[in-house]
Amino acid sequence: MQQRLKNRLGLWGWLGGGRYGLDRYAYSLHRLTGLGILAYFIMHIFVTGQRVGGPENWDSTMAAFGSPLFKVGEFLVVLAFAFHAINGIRLILVELGWLIGKPGVPSFPYSYSTLRHKPVFIIFMVFAAALMIIGGVDFYFVMK
Amino acid sequence: MRESRLWFWHILSAVVILVLLGVHMGTMHLGELLHRIGIGTGDPVDSSQVFERSRQAVYMVTYILLLGTGLFHGMYGLRSMFFELSLSKSLEKTIGGVLAVAGVGLFLYGSYVAVVVFQTSGV
Amino acid sequence: MNKSETRDKAILKTVKFEVLRYNPAGNESPHLENYSVPVTKGMTVLDGLNWIKEHLDSTLSWRSSCRMGICGSCGMFINGLPRLACNNQIVHLHSDRVVIKPLPNYDIIRDLVPDLEGLFEKHRSVKPHLIRKDTAEQDSPTGEFFQSEQELLNYIQFAYCIKCGLCMAACPTVATSEEYIGPQPLTAGWRYLSDTRDEGAEQRQDVLYSSHGVYRCHFAGACSQVCPKGVDPALAIQMAKRDAFMKGFGRGKKRSGSSVIPPIQDWTPRGDIPDAPAKTVPQKSE
Ligand code: HEM
Repeated sequence: MQQRLKNRLGLWGWLGGGRYGLDRYAYSLHRLTGLGILAYFIMHIFVTGQRVGGPENWDSTMAAFGSPLFKVGEFLVVLAFAFHAINGIRLILVELGWLIGKPGVPSFPYSYSTLRHKPVFIIFMVFAAALMIIGGVDFYFVMK
Repeated sequence: MRESRLWFWHILSAVVILVLLGVHMGTMHLGELLHRIGIGTGDPVDSSQVFERSRQAVYMVTYILLLGTGLFHGMYGLRSMFFELSLSKSLEKTIGGVLAVAGVGLFLYGSYVAVVVFQTSGV
Repeated sequence: MNKSETRDKAILKTVKFEVLRYNPAGNESPHLENYSVPVTKGMTVLDGLNWIKEHLDSTLSWRSSCRMGICGSCGMFINGLPRLACNNQIVHLHSDRVVIKPLPNYDIIRDLVPDLEGLFEKHRSVKPHLIRKDTAEQDSPTGEFFQSEQELLNYIQFAYCIKCGLCMAACPTVATSEEYIGPQPLTAGWRYLSDTRDEGAEQRQDVLYSSHGVYRCHFAGACSQVCPKGVDPALAIQMAKRDAFMKGFGRGKKRSGSSVIPPIQDWTPRGDIPDAPAKTVPQKSE
């Protein structure tokens, strides 16, 4: 048997959008933000679990996490959430067959799901950006 | 089919999270903003507020609901990624089991906290 | 003017082809090799490769056949996207560099030749053919399986697939997963699952909705973007998900294979259809 050369892209396939469309980039971001939020969520369960120790314990825990570093970290979670939530609504609709059109007879130049979906995609991303900006204003006030 | 059922709940849990976490993030992270325009109630993580909320049954129930749906949604998502890594069948099974146990464990711990704080800070 | 002078006049520009070379028998590691190719009007990337083979390097290997986007043999990774070499003119790439690599996500046999066997294996696994309970009728038909035009339109797009495998090269899940069924086979599976003449749902569903089936698709959309026939695998996969999701609410489409209708008896051909031309080759029996 001759030697085959392995050529699977590996994790680069998850992260590198290359010359593919916007949906491919949204896919990578949805993964990253999903993982980030999950990591925060698990931490969050333990941190808020400190309530069991009563108000004093809670206040000292909050003080420990009060440094600007943690505030910035939390803000990143807010941004990730804004994207994951808005893009998640879009994905729910799309994966249930809405907003991508119906099959037909292909004739050149081809019309296909992601192309028909593009205007909707952009509207959703504008919403996500708006949510991030609102979150940013709040963050600005908190830091001030 | 099993996978269809899991994905069905992955999507439904996302809808539930969307509503509950939307409110949660709104109060926790836009608190300062809401305060400035006059509808906020001050620092949401101040202990007086935290324990005020913990006392209410509505909060306890929604916390537990959000905990459960959030964990299921997140753990299924993570499992999804592991299942795309060309792992062996037995390793896939093990990972599925570990994630399920971790999810249930975290759920029990979180629910315990919500219930205990509800009872002790109650009237 | 002689022939070569005409040709020189027609040369639009010279383009640098950078082609990945890999020889399993040699001891060189895979590397890009450069060739200067004079480009004439209408010249495709495949024409360019042929030109190299003819004039510069006869050892360059790739797979191609029909040179008109029908056979699906010449899929390659051209300037950052999976495309058919015969389907893309060099001037339309708008670049003086044409970088050609074998399709990603497949093993490389040699140079630009990918090993598509895995694709075909998965394609077979979804049983891409009509399954009827009454096999006797299927083998020696007494009529036709009824299907309305709308029922045909629901899947005909997905039947246009030429199995070139570009979608699998574009898919981020295929990039890491050997088990994922993949856009092409899933689309083929849905094409038969949504065919009203088919009765093989039970056999096909186990593959389509397995833990390496449709749910490992996250709508990155690259498959539909690169498909040279407008088949739109991403659409087929989402339709398959929707169908299963609705079944979760007890609202999925219930299918039973369409009925056999007898051939139409008393018909007269339309007057404007010309007769078939006379046979040019003598028939054996005549
Ligand atoms: C705001 C509400 C949310 C919505 C609407 C939402 C929506 C979604 C959807 C539709 C998917 C499926 C993507 C796909 O299969 O293509 C998904 C995946 C995922 N979500 Fe969420 N989600 C939400 C909140 C969360 C939270 C709170 C977490 C963390 C605990 C989370 C973690 C994940 C993970 C890890 C994935 C898997 C990503 C992937 O496979 O690429 N999500 N989300």
